[in-house]
Amino acid sequence: MSSPLLEAIDIRRQYNVRTAGGVFGRKAVLQAVAGVSFRIDMGRTLGLVGESGCGKSTTGKLALGLIPPSSGEIRFVGSTLPAIGSAAWRDMRRRMQMVYQDPLGSLDRRLQVGPQIAEPLIIHDIGTPAERRERAYATMASVGLQKHHFERYPHELSGGQRQRVVLARALITEPKLIVCDEPISALDVSIQAQVVNLLLDLQDRLGLTYLFISHDLKVVRQVSHDVAVMYLGRIVETGQAEALFRAPAHPYTRALVSAIPSLGEKRERLILSGDPPNPVDVPAGCAFHPRCPFAIARCRSEAPALRRQPDGRAVACHRADDDAIALAA
Amino acid sequence: MAAPLVSIRGLSVDFDDGRRAARAVDGVDADIAAGEAVGLVGESGSGKSVTWLAALGLLPNRARVSGEVRIGGMNLIGAERRVLEGVRGKRIAMIFQDPSSCLNPVHRIGRQVTEALRLHRGMDGRAAEAEALRLFDQVGIADAKRRLSDYPHQLSGGLNQRVMIAIALAGQPELLIADEPTTALDATIQAQILLLLSRIRRETGMAMVLISHDLGVVAENVDRVCVMYAGRIVEQAPGEALFDTPHHPYTQGLLAALPTLTGPRRRLAAIPGSVPEPWNLPVGCRFAPRCPAAEERCRHEAPPRRVIAPAHQAACHFDVAGQSVWPAQEAAE
Amino acid sequence: MLAFALSRLARAAITILFVVTFAFIVLRLSGDPALLIMSVDAPPEAIEAFRKAWGLDRPIWEQYLAYAWHALTGDFGKSMRDGRPAIDLVLERLPATLAITLPALALKLGIGIPAGIYAALHRNSLADRLTMMVSVAGFTMPSFVLALVLVLIFGVTLGWLPASGADSVWHAVLPIVTLGTAGAAIMARFTRSAMLEVLGQPYIRAASAKGLAWWLVVAKHALPNAAIPTVTIIGFMVGSLVAGAVIVESVFAWPGIGRLLVSAVANRDLAVVQALLMVIAAWMVLANLCVDLAYGWLDPRVRSGAR
Repeated sequence: MSSPLLEAIDIRRQYNVRTAGGVFGRKAVLQAVAGVSFRIDMGRTLGLVGESGCGKSTTGKLALGLIPPSSGEIRFVGSTLPAIGSAAWRDMRRRMQMVYQDPLGSLDRRLQVGPQIAEPLIIHDIGTPAERRERAYATMASVGLQKHHFERYPHELSGGQRQRVVLARALITEPKLIVCDEPISALDVSIQAQVVNLLLDLQDRLGLTYLFISHDLKVVRQVSHDVAVMYLGRIVETGQAEALFRAPAHPYTRALVSAIPSLGEKRERLILSGDPPNPVDVPAGCAFHPRCPFAIARCRSEAPALRRQPDGRAVACHRADDDAIALAA
Repeated sequence: MAAPLVSIRGLSVDFDDGRRAARAVDGVDADIAAGEAVGLVGESGSGKSVTWLAALGLLPNRARVSGEVRIGGMNLIGAERRVLEGVRGKRIAMIFQDPSSCLNPVHRIGRQVTEALRLHRGMDGRAAEAEALRLFDQVGIADAKRRLSDYPHQLSGGLNQRVMIAIALAGQPELLIADEPTTALDATIQAQILLLLSRIRRETGMAMVLISHDLGVVAENVDRVCVMYAGRIVEQAPGEALFDTPHHPYTQGLLAALPTLTGPRRRLAAIPGSVPEPWNLPVGCRFAPRCPAAEERCRHEAPPRRVIAPAHQAACHFDVAGQSVWPAQEAAE
Repeated sequence: MLAFALSRLARAAITILFVVTFAFIVLRLSGDPALLIMSVDAPPEAIEAFRKAWGLDRPIWEQYLAYAWHALTGDFGKSMRDGRPAIDLVLERLPATLAITLPALALKLGIGIPAGIYAALHRNSLADRLTMMVSVAGFTMPSFVLALVLVLIFGVTLGWLPASGADSVWHAVLPIVTLGTAGAAIMARFTRSAMLEVLGQPYIRAASAKGLAWWLVVAKHALPNAAIPTVTIIGFMVGSLVAGAVIVESVFAWPGIGRLLVSAVANRDLAVVQALLMVIAAWMVLANLCVDLAYGWLDPRVRSGAR
């Protein structure tokens, strides 16, 4: 069995917040990530899905060491992530990069894109100016940009081209791991496919490992080997992508999958009532129980653990083994 | 065939900010029958929202609108402000993408609903409040009485969209324009809102135009689909025909570019290039520079509207007869 | 809302204490008051006597505590120049200053706000561009330049209005116009950008889509929202009612707070300067408090602490 490139062991991240009430507001704790574990093997893609506020972006930042976990551990190639800001951390940042949703927002509009692509080399003090330029050209070619794009400004490029620039900037330090946070959500449908294909080609060619964060289940299925579904800071189900979407086991995953409008074939619908609860005020027991059509008394008092199923999947549901709910669907 | 409820002929919209002129909508023709649900699909900049904002006179002054939008014999383009105000909300209501910012943050939501009731139904005081409660009930807002005195920031996006729908229903309109009504919402909330919209349509018999960039959303919720590209309608057809046998290369490309949730994983067929900027539109067929089947003629001559079947039209020089112009993709892995 | 108000009140008190201390430190750092007040060649015994009389011979912290206690009870001691209670000197100048700053405030709001709204509603029209041009000119020109120009035109050339002094109502006209012009220009610009910001919001389009007449959209949906940022600048203007006319009062020889401040500083009249700073600060803090409370009243998001 291959060794994991990235491993998260029971990571948690909480924020102290103030809610309305009292002279200076009431203190409260927001559990953005409440005990998440996963591993990604070299050259594989883990898709992280969930609705807004479920903690998937925070998990991505924790995985990259951009913010420290409140507790738990992130291991990269077998060793714990060094302290933020240390020399070892800076060195490690070369090998793990992030790609964000909004390419225009993560580029400096006053600078040509070429120097922005080469900038990580300067930060990490790699090569001479001439070498850096050569490497920028080579990286641009690998993401489908042409030489003449080097002197362009971000606003002169289309959305798809900008996202290629952001990708090139991430790739130039030859990282092993790329965390993609909604990398195609801001793009038009016809452009999304270009970027999805590019991400897959790059993985083939360079052996990249992705943590792919998205709310779009179809895109996640397209790019991921494995998928983890998050709800209110926890992973509620994880498993091999195709199997998980074909037969989701957790009621939340089922609702999520059935909520995706499809072309052609009509599927049965599991429509949840209400909104996800406020992460400051997570329900006791299973966090999903107030919206779950299958909840029983036990779900209200006891939080279900993520348990491995015979088919290799892991599900955090008291009723995962119940055939009754499968029938009720 | 009965006269359509709304009929659009040759609608064009130009924006000119003094530096460059941009054509956002270019000669759109469309009919909406009473009670019908029509989907309007396109990427950003395709003109799908601008078309209906122009119809209702909701564009800024610098937009130049030409053509005709008729409802009940009345042309809305160039109509007096008073006429337009009488149509908006009363005969044609509109809801938008980001519900939380479409409600006035400093007014209680109850007041924002009763405002529409006073305007369109002359209701005041108790009667307005009772009707607001009924509307909240109809759009599935629990604990309606208490919600009336909430401010928009106290409600979730999904609830705010329900409030917007309640406001739209206040005037008992014949047509609801839903402009990306679920794009800003989470998947499970999107499903709730779409379900609500189709239930309300069943209950009231109101027609709906569902504007969306998401083919899936449209496919499941309308009878007929119009596909827009760079300001023009390139194909329109009943939903099933459009998704089973798309005739325009753009529609075919869009469908091939979509990943699926079931079936084997295939490499996506990406449409090369990008959507043209509205101030730099190609002559001839707007899609020609990205089209694998384009020939010389496509680059000069705007394609005619080709009738493929009753109610199915595609604006392409070629009759591709439902055969995709895009290379087939093998299954990945 | 009560908790909100109380927390703002506590903050205001701390600010005032800070000002009191600051005034004490700065004035002491600038030199020995005894030497500055007495003539340079005064005999050492006289200086010593002066120090004793004013308590300047005691340890500095004792002076501070005594001063702070008195200041907080409104007693700033007597003017070192003419021996009258400093606070009386200040308060008796207040009406003169308010006599020009209050009408000027009315001018700022009465012209600035409507002009700003009009310009925003007719964006890019000739009227908008004209308003903004005048407004740029209005607030880039230093007030003493404007004052001198006005004096030159209406006082000297045309001879319609008196150029300085405070003998009749007519004497107040030029100071009021000078103060009001710059303020109205700022107000117009601020109101315009606040209105434009609001008019671009989705809820304005949504209100139009409801079928509301345009003037109702403006009156009921745009104005209440545009008022929120505008309150900041109005608060600032109200805050400067007391001390905002220093230059203008000096140019027009208007016997208000501003001129008292200038002469007290020049004379090192400590008690008067401290009393002035205190009154000015207290007024500023009060104005700020009103702004905060107005926010809470205008914006439900602030009230519930949602932002």
